Amino acid sequence: MRNVHDLIERNTGLMVVLILIVISFGALVEITPLMFQRQTTEPVEGLKPYTALQLEGRDIYIREGCVGCHSQMIRPFRSETERYGHYSVAGETVWEHPFLWGSKRTGPDLARVGGRYSDDWHRVHLMDPRAVVPESNMPAFPWLAENTLDGELTAKKMEVFRDFGVPYTDEDIAGAREAVKGKTEMEALIAYLQSLGTALK
Amino acid sequence: MSSFWSIWISVISLGTILGCFLLLRWCLKNKTGVKEGDDMHHDFDGIVEINNPLPRWWTIMFYVTIVWGVIYLALYPGLGNFQGLLGWESSNQDIRSLEASREAHAQDLANGNLNEYSRSIAAAEERFGPIFEAYAKRDIEELARDPEALKVGQRLFLQNCSQCHGSDARGQRGFPNLTDHDWLYGGSPAEIKQTLMEGRRGAMPAWKDSLGEQGVKEVVAYALSLSGRKVDPDLAEAGQSRFAVCAACHGQDGQGNYAFGAPNLTDNIWLYGGSEQAVMETVLEGRNGVMPAWKDILGEEKVHLVTAYVYSLSLGKDE
Repeated sequence: MRNVHDLIERNTGLMVVLILIVISFGALVEITPLMFQRQTTEPVEGLKPYTALQLEGRDIYIREGCVGCHSQMIRPFRSETERYGHYSVAGETVWEHPFLWGSKRTGPDLARVGGRYSDDWHRVHLMDPRAVVPESNMPAFPWLAENTLDGELTAKKMEVFRDFGVPYTDEDIAGAREAVKGKTEMEALIAYLQSLGTALK
Repeated sequence: MSSFWSIWISVISLGTILGCFLLLRWCLKNKTGVKEGDDMHHDFDGIVEINNPLPRWWTIMFYVTIVWGVIYLALYPGLGNFQGLLGWESSNQDIRSLEASREAHAQDLANGNLNEYSRSIAAAEERFGPIFEAYAKRDIEELARDPEALKVGQRLFLQNCSQCHGSDARGQRGFPNLTDHDWLYGGSPAEIKQTLMEGRRGAMPAWKDSLGEQGVKEVVAYALSLSGRKVDPDLAEAGQSRFAVCAACHGQDGQGNYAFGAPNLTDNIWLYGGSEQAVMETVLEGRNGVMPAWKDILGEEKVHLVTAYVYSLSLGKDE
């Protein structure tokens, strides 16, 4: 006799559809409401969009895989806030696409590293981490000081972010190329790092 | 959260649990028309399917997860706006600024309605607050001679300051040595505390445009001669006549000025290296050393202890 179980087992397409329906319940509860909450869609006071240079720095952060060892998410535990500062809130990352929260801390959390060290320190540290932190196991990134940006795609990137809802003005986008052209990747990355977490500080 | 989304979440969550329960009940019924344990007449490569029921241990575990889910949703927040019978909350997530966060925390304290994070902060405040408060009331001069206070200060230093100034506080190129008597912004307890609280921004301008390569060479020769270094006397003499622009910050005698963080040029201590080449680079390109402000990160009470520790490092050493 053919029964329902048999039907699903022998019909892969139907099984896929049914599985999608089942797992969509989780998304409907966990994800959908967040798209309509003030807490997760409105920026915190004082949140500024990345400048052209910071935005390029962010792309270098992504390219070099910094997110693999550094999280950007301070959890609401005293052990974390004592070290890193106020815990992260959703309103700080409403303009992040994609999020760089990370989930692995081989190195420290960077959610509020902005302003914590001087630009000089970052330069020395990225050239040779051991020069300033002897026990560090972070790799050195000396090529960042040599590579320069041409800014060819910067304006385009900012337009894409504007489509996502980041409030870039026409002037921001028009001046993007000029703002990054000739700057080293090191400068861009440091500009990005120095901006992190400063909206809630 | 609006009541629409609250209901949305509650209905789907509870509906899913109910659905799981019904699915389990349905699967437990034998609808195959074959007796349990009998052949299903479905074989492949000699492997035969038997009509076996769901294992009992597995079925019981499934029931337990359903019961557990219901209990969890009753106790903890999970169903939209329902706070759960325990009234548990992790932290104030709806804040828009640091002030709002502080206000929310103060309000929680006043109401006695503490969330998990506020509770841990309040507990630490109760335990460590009086200790830091007692230290904060004492003079830095006195704390710098109290081994217990210095222990705390040293730990704070190692966690927050050693990344630049080194774990022995002797600094490195570009980051000042804190164990000697050579200070950029002054070495009195009040001056050190001010440096820590508000941070400092060094501003050595670049002179390559206004003095030119030769001009810089000359003032560098003169500057080095102030520390008793061997230099070309002709260059130094020419440099001396140009030194007026340097004297604006470093003083007529080159002894520096705490007000600008202008280093003393007569002690042969060089923050960015003392070779002629390194000093040339400093004068040509300028330097912009930055000390971050720690007021907001550590708070005044902890800064007070770090100040005592830093101050103690050069205490009793010869000038």
